[in-house]
Amino acid sequence: MARLTFSGGVHPYDGKDLSKDKPMKEIIPHGEMVYPLSQHIGAPAQPLVKKGDRVLTGQKIAEAGGFVSAPVYATVSGTVKAIEPRRVVTGDMVNSIIVDNDELFEEVEYTPHDYEKLDKKEIIELIREAGVVGMGGAGFPTHVKLSPKEPENITYVIANCAECEPYLTSDYRRMLEEPQKLIDGLKIILRLFDNAQGVLAVEDNKPDCIELLSGLVQNEERITVKALKTKYPQGAERQLIYAVTGRMINSSMLPADAGCVVDNVDTIVAVYHAVAEGRPLMNRIVTVTGDAVNDPRNFYVRIGMNYNDLIAEAGGFKTEPEKVISGGPMMGFALFDLNVPTTKTASALLCLTKDEVSATEEGPCINCGRCVEVCPGRVVPSRLADMARRHDEEAFVANDGMECCECGCCSYICPAKRQLTQSIKSMRKTVLNNRKNKK
Amino acid sequence: MASMLKVSSNPHVRSKDTTARIMQYVVIALMPATLFGIWNFGLHALLLVLVTVAAAVLSEYIYDRCMKKKNSISDFSAVVTGLLLALNLPPKAPLWIGILGGMFAIIVVKMLFGGLGQNFMNPALGARCFLMISFTSIMTNFECDAYTGATPLAVIKSGAEGSAELLDMFIGRTAGTIGETSTIAILAGALFLLIMKVIDLRVPCSYIVSFVIFILIFGGRGFDMTYIAQQLSGGGLMLGAFFMATDYATRPITKNGQYLFGIFLGIMTGIFRLFGPSAEGVSYAIILGNLLVPLIERVTKPTAFGKGKRRSAQHG
Repeated sequence: MARLTFSGGVHPYDGKDLSKDKPMKEIIPHGEMVYPLSQHIGAPAQPLVKKGDRVLTGQKIAEAGGFVSAPVYATVSGTVKAIEPRRVVTGDMVNSIIVDNDELFEEVEYTPHDYEKLDKKEIIELIREAGVVGMGGAGFPTHVKLSPKEPENITYVIANCAECEPYLTSDYRRMLEEPQKLIDGLKIILRLFDNAQGVLAVEDNKPDCIELLSGLVQNEERITVKALKTKYPQGAERQLIYAVTGRMINSSMLPADAGCVVDNVDTIVAVYHAVAEGRPLMNRIVTVTGDAVNDPRNFYVRIGMNYNDLIAEAGGFKTEPEKVISGGPMMGFALFDLNVPTTKTASALLCLTKDEVSATEEGPCINCGRCVEVCPGRVVPSRLADMARRHDEEAFVANDGMECCECGCCSYICPAKRQLTQSIKSMRKTVLNNRKNKK
Repeated sequence: MASMLKVSSNPHVRSKDTTARIMQYVVIALMPATLFGIWNFGLHALLLVLVTVAAAVLSEYIYDRCMKKKNSISDFSAVVTGLLLALNLPPKAPLWIGILGGMFAIIVVKMLFGGLGQNFMNPALGARCFLMISFTSIMTNFECDAYTGATPLAVIKSGAEGSAELLDMFIGRTAGTIGETSTIAILAGALFLLIMKVIDLRVPCSYIVSFVIFILIFGGRGFDMTYIAQQLSGGGLMLGAFFMATDYATRPITKNGQYLFGIFLGIMTGIFRLFGPSAEGVSYAIILGNLLVPLIERVTKPTAFGKGKRRSAQHG
């Protein structure tokens, strides 16, 4: 069988060997914990505690601020020190609850459930209550994703196990070390969609995961494992849906329009914790890697921990990094300051001794067409970037600039080292803002 | 250290290919044809190649200086232009032809339109056609020590069939411009570019295939393999298809546009060769095609991923 994939894409240096073979390690947090109230797409959460309150591990400290929102939980026990704006990975100041960790780790009681006996409403409510959001990076509240208008039209629930971003191995470790949680999580989601089959979609650079998962789902009627061609951005939602089902959606559509629900590995495990164990979303796996750290590996991290502590756990810096990225090298955020908290959507901390972007100089476009070749959105990035730089909004939209998924392939491949993705990305923001203002 | 980190928008990694490296690959790929031309035609050909390249590079350098622009010769594109032009000159052309051509290619066709990537026609071909029109007798005189003067295509066109030996054409032991005669040397260079992924087969293949189909239909020789082979290797078609028509700046950027462009070139070359007064037609076909690129791109805009799909009722 031909390997499942999409047209376009690139093969950057993958760097996964740095961290992939070391088991996950849990980090015990010390000192202050920071919980931004916006760790998701949608309305910020509303604090339920005030300065001076004592909180327990697993206690809800902020309630969802609306339907498209998610609650936030304390991940340590301690005292609320302040509720104030703190810097997050994107560089924005976000209102956050700061808890002084008393290092007693007193925990609330959780109520496990037999998910086979729960009805759909109860499952969605448990997921919502646990504060589960898309942990691959977008942070879209999972309960919203799992509540399409016509659930009977959903034919695929796809577990995004592609992990196509270079350097990232957190999903890989999760699949190897806790595969059953992933499968059970998928089974829980499948209970919501009677006509759906579950697909564990794994890139074929992880043959051990494919083998392990295939063995475990042998007797699961509704779940199959599918191998995807290893190529960035194989895990991009629209490209993944296309690879698995052959269905295409454009930027203004949702996966549900193609009868699909897509969730990434950590999110599905969080669903399992929320429903089967009754535990809220408090942890995630973070890959701390790059050529600048001493001991690159994956950590089992409590949300709210400072990035500096993660670096310290990874043996500190081997050499002074020039660039630190939250997330992968293709779509992650460059940090100017490490003093930011781990959030629900932080998949990696990548520390590079050399910044390839500032080491190269932009030249004129030679019209080579490589950007067209690699663009998974099938647009013409070089022309769109020109329109963006001319601020020609009309032409930009007419030439499908809004279909760009900002995957970064064009900038990566460009021999003239043009900042294509960057120009297109900022133009897209402008267009979206202008649309909002018009309403 | 907190304030010392570098920030930029994603992506944070870059591929190894650079503009200069691509241009260097093209220069390397042109070496078999260049060396064969020098071996075939002698010392004057070498001198002509050297002065043409030097004129092209120097023109760009001086232009940048005069216009107070950043020096751009390090991207190697002027070398490529100079070399391509030299390969399109008759082996005995006087040196000033090379100098004038190099200057025209760089200053008029390339730099005045904004430099690298902005030129609307292939600079080397633009200069060749300029020279052709201005100094027709020099540019069409292929007489040299080794050959009597008529290029294989001219021989075919005149109807004297016997004197155009296919094997000689394939190897390149015929009259012609410095770089166009040896099919095998050109194909060796083209193969290198294909392997290094500098060019792909979309333009060359659609060009050659449509040209063959055209002469099959209109050539009046029916399915005559020898005639087709002579047409393919006897003139500038190979050099044009693999090295001129594939020029990034002057071929469409869209995939379908590249096929369309190739087909257009094939048909135009056929028309020029069969029905025009001259035996050759590649240069004019390509620069005509170059002029049509914006139009071709407009009609071959790719369909964005998922465009035209309808939203279902799933939206809240």
